[in-house]
Amino acid sequence: MALNGIQIFKMTPKTNCKECGSPTCMAFSMKVAQGAAEISACPHMSEEALATLAEATAPPMKTIKVGAGDKEYTLGGETVLYRHDKTFVSRTRYAISLCSCMDDADIDAKLEAMKKVDYERIGEQMYVEMVYVNYHEGDAQDKYLDIVKKAAATGRVLVLGCTDEAVAKAALDICKDGKPILNGANAANAEAMSKLATDAGVVLGVSGADLNELYDTVAKLEGLGNKNLVLDTTGADVKTTFANTVQVRRAAIKNEDRTFGYPSIVNLSKIAKDDKYMQEALVSLFTMKYGSIVVLDQMSYDVALPLYGLRQNVFTDPQKPMTVEPGIYPINGGDENSLCLTTVDFALTYFVVSGELERSGVPCNLLISDAAGMSVLTAWAAGKLSSGTIAKFVQENVEDKIKCRKLVIPGKVAVLKGDLEAKLPGWEIIVAPDEAVQLVKFMKEFK
Amino acid sequence: MPFNQKPEKFAAKINTVTIGNGDKAIALGGESVLPLYTFDGPIDNAPKVGVEITDLGVEDIPGVKAYYEGCGSVADMAKKASEMEGADFVVLSLKGGDPNGEDKPTEDLVAIVKEVVAALGDYPLVVEGSGNVEKDNELLTKVSEACQGTNALIMSAKEENYKTVGASAGLAYGLNVGAESAVDINLAKQLNVITTKLGVNPEKIVMNIGNAAVGYGYEYVVSTMDRIRNAALSQNDDTLQMPIITPVSVDAWSVKESMASEEDMPEWGPAEERGIGMEIMGAAADLVSGSHAVILKHPQSVATIAKMIKELV
Ligand code: SF4
Repeated sequence: MALNGIQIFKMTPKTNCKECGSPTCMAFSMKVAQGAAEISACPHMSEEALATLAEATAPPMKTIKVGAGDKEYTLGGETVLYRHDKTFVSRTRYAISLCSCMDDADIDAKLEAMKKVDYERIGEQMYVEMVYVNYHEGDAQDKYLDIVKKAAATGRVLVLGCTDEAVAKAALDICKDGKPILNGANAANAEAMSKLATDAGVVLGVSGADLNELYDTVAKLEGLGNKNLVLDTTGADVKTTFANTVQVRRAAIKNEDRTFGYPSIVNLSKIAKDDKYMQEALVSLFTMKYGSIVVLDQMSYDVALPLYGLRQNVFTDPQKPMTVEPGIYPINGGDENSLCLTTVDFALTYFVVSGELERSGVPCNLLISDAAGMSVLTAWAAGKLSSGTIAKFVQENVEDKIKCRKLVIPGKVAVLKGDLEAKLPGWEIIVAPDEAVQLVKFMKEFK
Repeated sequence: MPFNQKPEKFAAKINTVTIGNGDKAIALGGESVLPLYTFDGPIDNAPKVGVEITDLGVEDIPGVKAYYEGCGSVADMAKKASEMEGADFVVLSLKGGDPNGEDKPTEDLVAIVKEVVAALGDYPLVVEGSGNVEKDNELLTKVSEACQGTNALIMSAKEENYKTVGASAGLAYGLNVGAESAVDINLAKQLNVITTKLGVNPEKIVMNIGNAAVGYGYEYVVSTMDRIRNAALSQNDDTLQMPIITPVSVDAWSVKESMASEEDMPEWGPAEERGIGMEIMGAAADLVSGSHAVILKHPQSVATIAKMIKELV
């Protein structure tokens, strides 16, 4: 709901004092409407006018921060529905689910399993960011609080699934410094829960029996002045949950309905309870379509490896390619006497090439030099991959570490062979096939 | 004040393509809404799940091996695959014909196709070639002949061989033609245009727009599918209204995550579970991006994805 120049003009003092650098208030208003000037350049706008403008130009979806210190995460703030329009800014975060209805051994096992998943993938540390602690109505409060303590001790951001005011208050007393989410507001208790969350300085999670009730409850909370919210879009089943999650995001981004302009929580432990494979399917679905936090029964490597790979891809900047660090990557136990192959630092190229080399089973070293994250042909055309760059990398980083003097270059830049032989005395330069899929055969037949 | 629901409906529609005959036949496409958005409008033909088998026999994955136990031939496997829980169609891959691999002669492969056709009857069949463009010229022509009358889908016609594959599968033998491009909306469009120009009925074309394993440049797949669906529905681009089929299993089972042995990566647990995860997550992501059919191979993945589709559509 951007304002046009005339609407902005009506809010100026219309004195044409020129302090903003524009000859008239009208000219200034036109520039602001086009995004060519900031409203703050006019020192004479009233408070009221500024507030109206801020509301009108606010992003369609709020950015909500949860967690504290180095465990602070940003949710929401998206401006598009499709990643090709503009980058998705806040990646989906994952939580494992604990409940006051579980026994201690079960809870300890889940937390232990969660801690094991912690690894790096292309410069990003992968682990479970959150723990969902559900309070099952009627269970002993002390048991719930014990679980909250255990979960808080892991250092992950907590999501307290609790609609009981007294229990929620006690739980917040334990963990509020870690800036958890209190996922407990609904049509019946919105006011009381909102006060609890606001007093504790934490984000409030809101749910509703259907989208209308959710909408009304959010509107009510906003009326109370609480805009620090996340929306639990989990419905009774998979179909409703998908419909809710997509429609909430679409209403915010496409239809600029700001009441739904908040991040979402999707709880798979509710709609696919104890069904590990179904949760795998659904966590992928909701990573693609609009889950800000997705709650799973538990985490293990067989789930994490595909899931975090998917997330890393979906949330990349389409303008900025993913790259791998330049260096020597030994494959199949390659050592200083193993054959060397080289390619660019574009992550996709690296993965395809290293995957094929692994499949060949032949020990070798893959040398990655800085090619500005471009593919082989693009890098060559842009001068980022040349006989000069390869020779420099080999002399500075490889020659003192590797004894083998055979270097395989990508088939697509076969033209570099002669030049490289001149620049790298003592090295035998070999040309690889054009396509990575032919590498397995090439490596197996290579003598 | 209730929530103002604004369904996103389009005047344009995805083509409907039928594979197989009789009451076992399946229909792909036909909807006027975004993938799986049943809250916007009806999706009469739910996405379908295909089970991949190959001419090379049973693969050495415990769950797959156990499922096909006792099968003496590829035809036996095809029959068994058609009975898998969640299966809608069978995919026979003739990768043994690849000159860079086993290089099986065309006659041997065509004989297998004939046996599979006999075993499946009206049940929907998809045949994938060797993957080698030159070999497929000859191979897929003979395969099309062997599949005459089955209303099978023949994959794939690529830019380099769409003339022969399109002419044999689409024109001479009245089958469905798979048009394969490599994760690029313009290439997909171009191939549909030239295949249609050749005389192939657009209602007999299914696109394979290419795929990647999740984590391996999968963002290009997402954006290509998003753009294709957008062009097909909101811009009514009839050169991109063909339904999409996506082979998931090949990429899912050939990356480090699913291939590294448990001995090498003890933390990672059994390789089979990781492969299933790659397959399931890839398929779910493909379906929500725009695939009308996914090709899988593990019984667990097939059952799970079929169940997910059933719950969503
Ligand atoms: S500074 Fe403000 S009041 Fe002065 S001319 Fe500019 S817009 Fe008008």
